[in-house]
Amino acid sequence: MIALAGASALIIVWVLYTIFLHVPDEKDQGAIFRIIYFHVPSAMTAAACALAAFIASLLYLWRRDLRYDAVAVSVTEGALLFGAVVLVTGMIWARIIWGIWWTWDARLTSTLVSWLMYAGYLMLRRAVEEPTERARNSAVLSIFIFPGVYITWKSIEWWRTQHPGPVLSIRSGGGMAPGMESPIYINLLALLCLAAVLAMLRYNQEKRRRELDSLRRTVHAI
Amino acid sequence: MSAVTVDHVWKFYGDFPALRDIAFQVEPGQVLALLGRNGAGKTTLLRIMAGLSRATRGKVRLFGSDCRDSANRARIGVLGHGIAVYDELSANENLQLFGRLYGLPDPAGAARQWLERTGLDRAGEARVREFSRGMRQRLAVARAFLHNPSLLLLDEPFTALDDRAIAVLQEVIRRAKREQRTLIMSTHQLREALELATHVALINRGRLAFYGERTEEMVQDPAWLYRHYGEA
Amino acid sequence: MRFLRQTFVICQKDLRAELRSKEALNASLAFSVVILLLFSFAFDPTAEQTREISGGLLWLVFAFAGALILNRSFARELANDCLDALVASPVPGSALFLGKAIANFVLLLAIEFICLPVFGVFYNVRWTTHLGALTLILVLGTWGLTVIGTMFSALTVNLRLRELMLPVLCYPIMIPCLLPAIQLSTVVIAGQPLGPDMMEGLRLLVGFDVIFTVLALALVETVLIG
Repeated sequence: MIALAGASALIIVWVLYTIFLHVPDEKDQGAIFRIIYFHVPSAMTAAACALAAFIASLLYLWRRDLRYDAVAVSVTEGALLFGAVVLVTGMIWARIIWGIWWTWDARLTSTLVSWLMYAGYLMLRRAVEEPTERARNSAVLSIFIFPGVYITWKSIEWWRTQHPGPVLSIRSGGGMAPGMESPIYINLLALLCLAAVLAMLRYNQEKRRRELDSLRRTVHAI
Repeated sequence: MSAVTVDHVWKFYGDFPALRDIAFQVEPGQVLALLGRNGAGKTTLLRIMAGLSRATRGKVRLFGSDCRDSANRARIGVLGHGIAVYDELSANENLQLFGRLYGLPDPAGAARQWLERTGLDRAGEARVREFSRGMRQRLAVARAFLHNPSLLLLDEPFTALDDRAIAVLQEVIRRAKREQRTLIMSTHQLREALELATHVALINRGRLAFYGERTEEMVQDPAWLYRHYGEA
Repeated sequence: MRFLRQTFVICQKDLRAELRSKEALNASLAFSVVILLLFSFAFDPTAEQTREISGGLLWLVFAFAGALILNRSFARELANDCLDALVASPVPGSALFLGKAIANFVLLLAIEFICLPVFGVFYNVRWTTHLGALTLILVLGTWGLTVIGTMFSALTVNLRLRELMLPVLCYPIMIPCLLPAIQLSTVVIAGQPLGPDMMEGLRLLVGFDVIFTVLALALVETVLIG
């Protein structure tokens, strides 16, 4: 885990150096364009975390091993974190480019709605006391949310064709020069490592919490 | 084929074991009194047998097949802590509803019969909302026994009954015994239960501390079991 | 066959219980009518504005009013521990869910068809132009809301904060059902028939209904028992 943390820290430092010193200003959008190097990889990382949460939930219901539940909650929190980064960087971008803090751009809107769904998952977990029931119900919710996210994207895209609106364009003019595109993928690697580190930390915390809970129940039973 | 086979059942709440390696068999026609302090795991075990909860490890088999099998569920009657009838419906409507859910060929006839047996025939069309507590408890008994179950799971059935309801329940249980039905009854009312029981099990902190035939000694001195196998 | 019969028995029981007490029904109906009236004089929309917002207004009212009914769905089984008796019976969890969902669907659809004339009168809108298409949209959209609401009612049945949790969980997931329903309703109430570009919206609604009905039927027993 330390190795992953170290690797991700190094890569992020390298990316920051590259994007601030090597990559030139984008011709239409100017300096703010650099935010893409965090906006896009965060979105991909959030999506990866969401997929991991879905798989972990399925595994929990199949195996009934609480460790899968711990994985599910850890990666879901990762998805929420990186989703928040997407939203905030999107808002900053919109403010600079369009002069407004929020725009009902299809992608931002879908991200917001999906984020709310996963926030609901955390709220449900908080509301259920008993660990096995909590794991079971939140796994079912997670399995509902995943196709929900997909169909939300589809329906908001369609809705946007009916109500044309502002678009946060990432690829201006149909493509970027090769040198400018690679930091996105390198940063993606860094953020994935970071997500893994955070998930592992959270997983350990969840494990300790379960131990405490069972000790508490044992004491109460005496 | 045993009526009930509890096959090394464990139940965990998180990492806490509420039931530990429970294993016993109940043959058809036997009446098992399930004893134990509050929190020992009696209700947990009964709920698993009734198919209301899943065992974390191990299985419960009823009449040879899994307890969640739908053929099995038609053969089980459950009397839990709540009366499990609807306040907005009448007694008759409630019993007919459950009769239809259990696939009885003549729900109306069965409802009528059980309203008579529990002394509720004159109140059959009244809404349950208007019933007294004793009447509600008698209706709960009618609902549990309505579909002629081969196995009855009763969770503290004598608790908080008035004397008329106790008499009705005792008569219904004795009739069930005569008809060779199997009964498992958890209870704190040791005297009533031990009189009716053929076997006794004691659960202590999730473990099966004792399982055996009911003896005269137990009936004379109901606390004997707790002294020998339970905690003081 | 037995599955359908059991579903029908559960559906009939729920409808009978609700029509006798009318608690949720009255609350829901009163709420929807009041909101419609409030919006009418709070915003006093012109004919043009009304045409633009009709779908959104109606479906928001339906979603909020629907929450009152959907919440009761499994919550009504908690009194007297009736839920235990139902789960212990030979009725499979999926039949229990489907029976309740259909009962909720009928109630919600009835409320919607009562709201429509109220809407027509107070907003001066002729909504009967394409009644067939509107009914189709109402049916598809309402089924989507019902499936999600009934399922989440089962999910939250044992929670202390059920009344709060249910809307928080439901509404985000209902959005991909509400958006096409809103768009299609606005078009149809404005007097235009459903054109080819609206077909995508219908496909989204049907897709939503199918996916979540299948998921709910598959997972409801896990939620109820464990």
